[in-house]
Amino acid sequence: MITIKKVFGGVDVPGKKELSKDCPIEFAGIPGEVVLFLSQHTGAPSNPIVKPKDKVLRGQMIAEPQGTVSAALHAPTSGVIKAIEPRFHPVQARMADAIILQPDGEHVSDESVKPLASDLEDLTPEAIRTIARQMGLVGLGGAAFPTAVKLAPPENKPIDTYLLNGAECEPYLTADQRLMTEEAEKVIFGFRAFMKASGASRGIVCIEDNKPDSIEAMKRAIQPYSEIELAVLTSRYPRGGEKQLIQAVLGREVPPPPGLPLDVGVIVSNVGTAYAMAESILEGLPLIERIVTVTGEGVAKPSNFKALIGTPLSFLIDKAGGFNGTPRKVIMGGPMMGAALRDTNVPIVKGTSGILVFNVDQVVEEPILPCIRCGKCVDVCPMRIQPLWIAAYSERGLMEQAENARAMDCCECGACAFACPAKRPLVQWIKLAKAEITAMRRA
Amino acid sequence: MLNAIIALGIAGLVFGAMLALAAEKFKVEQDPRMLEILNVLPGANCGACGFPGCSGLAEAIARGEAPANACVPGGKAAAEAISKIMNVDVAESMSEVAVVYCQGHEHNAEISAQYHGVTSCKGANMLGGHKSCAYGCLGFGDCVKACPFGAMYMSEEGLPVVIKEKCTGCGACAKACPRGIIDLVPPDKDVHILCRSFDKGPSVRKYCKVGCIACQLCVRSCPQEAISMDKGTLAKIDYSLCDNCGICATKCPTGAIRDESAVSREEVSA
Repeated sequence: MITIKKVFGGVDVPGKKELSKDCPIEFAGIPGEVVLFLSQHTGAPSNPIVKPKDKVLRGQMIAEPQGTVSAALHAPTSGVIKAIEPRFHPVQARMADAIILQPDGEHVSDESVKPLASDLEDLTPEAIRTIARQMGLVGLGGAAFPTAVKLAPPENKPIDTYLLNGAECEPYLTADQRLMTEEAEKVIFGFRAFMKASGASRGIVCIEDNKPDSIEAMKRAIQPYSEIELAVLTSRYPRGGEKQLIQAVLGREVPPPPGLPLDVGVIVSNVGTAYAMAESILEGLPLIERIVTVTGEGVAKPSNFKALIGTPLSFLIDKAGGFNGTPRKVIMGGPMMGAALRDTNVPIVKGTSGILVFNVDQVVEEPILPCIRCGKCVDVCPMRIQPLWIAAYSERGLMEQAENARAMDCCECGACAFACPAKRPLVQWIKLAKAEITAMRRA
Repeated sequence: MLNAIIALGIAGLVFGAMLALAAEKFKVEQDPRMLEILNVLPGANCGACGFPGCSGLAEAIARGEAPANACVPGGKAAAEAISKIMNVDVAESMSEVAVVYCQGHEHNAEISAQYHGVTSCKGANMLGGHKSCAYGCLGFGDCVKACPFGAMYMSEEGLPVVIKEKCTGCGACAKACPRGIIDLVPPDKDVHILCRSFDKGPSVRKYCKVGCIACQLCVRSCPQEAISMDKGTLAKIDYSLCDNCGICATKCPTGAIRDESAVSREEVSA
């Protein structure tokens, strides 16, 4: 049994997982239009290899990776390419090029979708990385970093431990929980592929203690493998943040950016990514669908869907019984780190873990008050920075001071804004500062 | 008492002499023209010239590293005065004025959401803003706040307005706009296509009364052939060809093209 170490900062948030935690994963269906952004991962956008009017089959590659840090894109269902045109990107919040696919409803798979191997013994680490790249795998926890790049650590930084992140500390979301409960064996298969590809000799599955069903299922699934252990974490936000997880489980502290987990010999991957890896190897299925939790007090029937990448939000909300009352806020992602949307006519992307709908009762819209320097944001910040100052600098356009105050260390977890009694949008100001600093550094 | 007066008096004389010596010995040679130039510059320290403030530019001009007309806000007057100081030919000043390429205020453009968060255009742009149009003005006035000359204000409908007479063409507003809908144009141009939406006609029509719907009537009607389609969905004027005839503005079915001279004529007759 792994003892959990103390982690700095964090907040206790109401879990609210009971809304959807017992809803089994169901296939959401094929929408009338599928919108696939060329950029839905960290790194260079992918390069389309289809033209309008082309017929494509499920699982066929429609855009290839451009450069090392990039990911391939595949057709999630069979149909005709309608256009390649700019659409509103829900995460980047701007118009971005997308491939528009008109499904034919047949859902016919491409001939490339066939099992590649049934046993990891048959695959070399290099082969696993190639599959991850071919199949367009990206981290499904939210940041959507290309998995193939993550699995190839530089030679001077050997990896000894691989963490499988099933903490799912964001309130409301239950996608990872359902996946671990229902598909424990496949998740562990994918995890073992990650361990083999990265050369890690020790694997730890990390789950928060508010998911007893997942803990049971994963415990059974790791039984045959002595190199994999289980760590049960107490529930506290943001325990599932990559750096916080490493600190809690291994007691190692990842250096501030540009420091990465691999600087302390660790890689962390989300359970959803491990499942996608297993699907790639066992079924030959690229990353064309993912588990999305559609929940919140504002939907009639909270659900966990297996949804095609590119499915419009409105389609998924309808599948979840539609709105329950008058919706006030729709959020893509979790309530702590997700972003509010201006429109439900946008598609989900590879990194979308949930869709939350809140009614007026759940949305607090108090005026933004002045900072009284109470220091609550400093107490809860897991990165040990001082959000109040960075936000104040950002508000006044003093980006160099914001950089000196270590704005770039911020992990955008939202604990400070949650704790702020003046309801100041601290994370938004810090994100703004980060964007400006990045632009300044590039110039 | 007397001792103190003598001691302090001597100390004062000694330090005074040291200061006088130091002032002579460590004197920094300064071009006298630099101060003269600084006096004719506007003194707004807007940074449009790319030098650190007006004194930075004055130094650069005095050293001959910047042209006499480098100060855009100073305009013709400053350029002439500086040319005289530097004893060079008067170079034409290139003063331009800012134009806001959007008319989508709250009565013209569809509002699709309420925005609650950091109250600035840059903040709202992080989430896509509250209007259906992803290209238009966000309406929080980052440009107005950035203008060092008080040449902009927010209209009652929530759109920034440029006071042409006060605008010096420094470009601070254009830099502040996260949507990039402010451009600098030659001051003698009156006809502008005030839309930056690259969306196709039908979708523009859905969310904005005054957007460019790419009907191309302006392209066909322009006698100078100064208008072309950008990416096929947005009409754009080539100002080097435009002669202010204003025919396009009368043809435009949505009113996305505005002819300022016609507008001021109407105001006079009314």
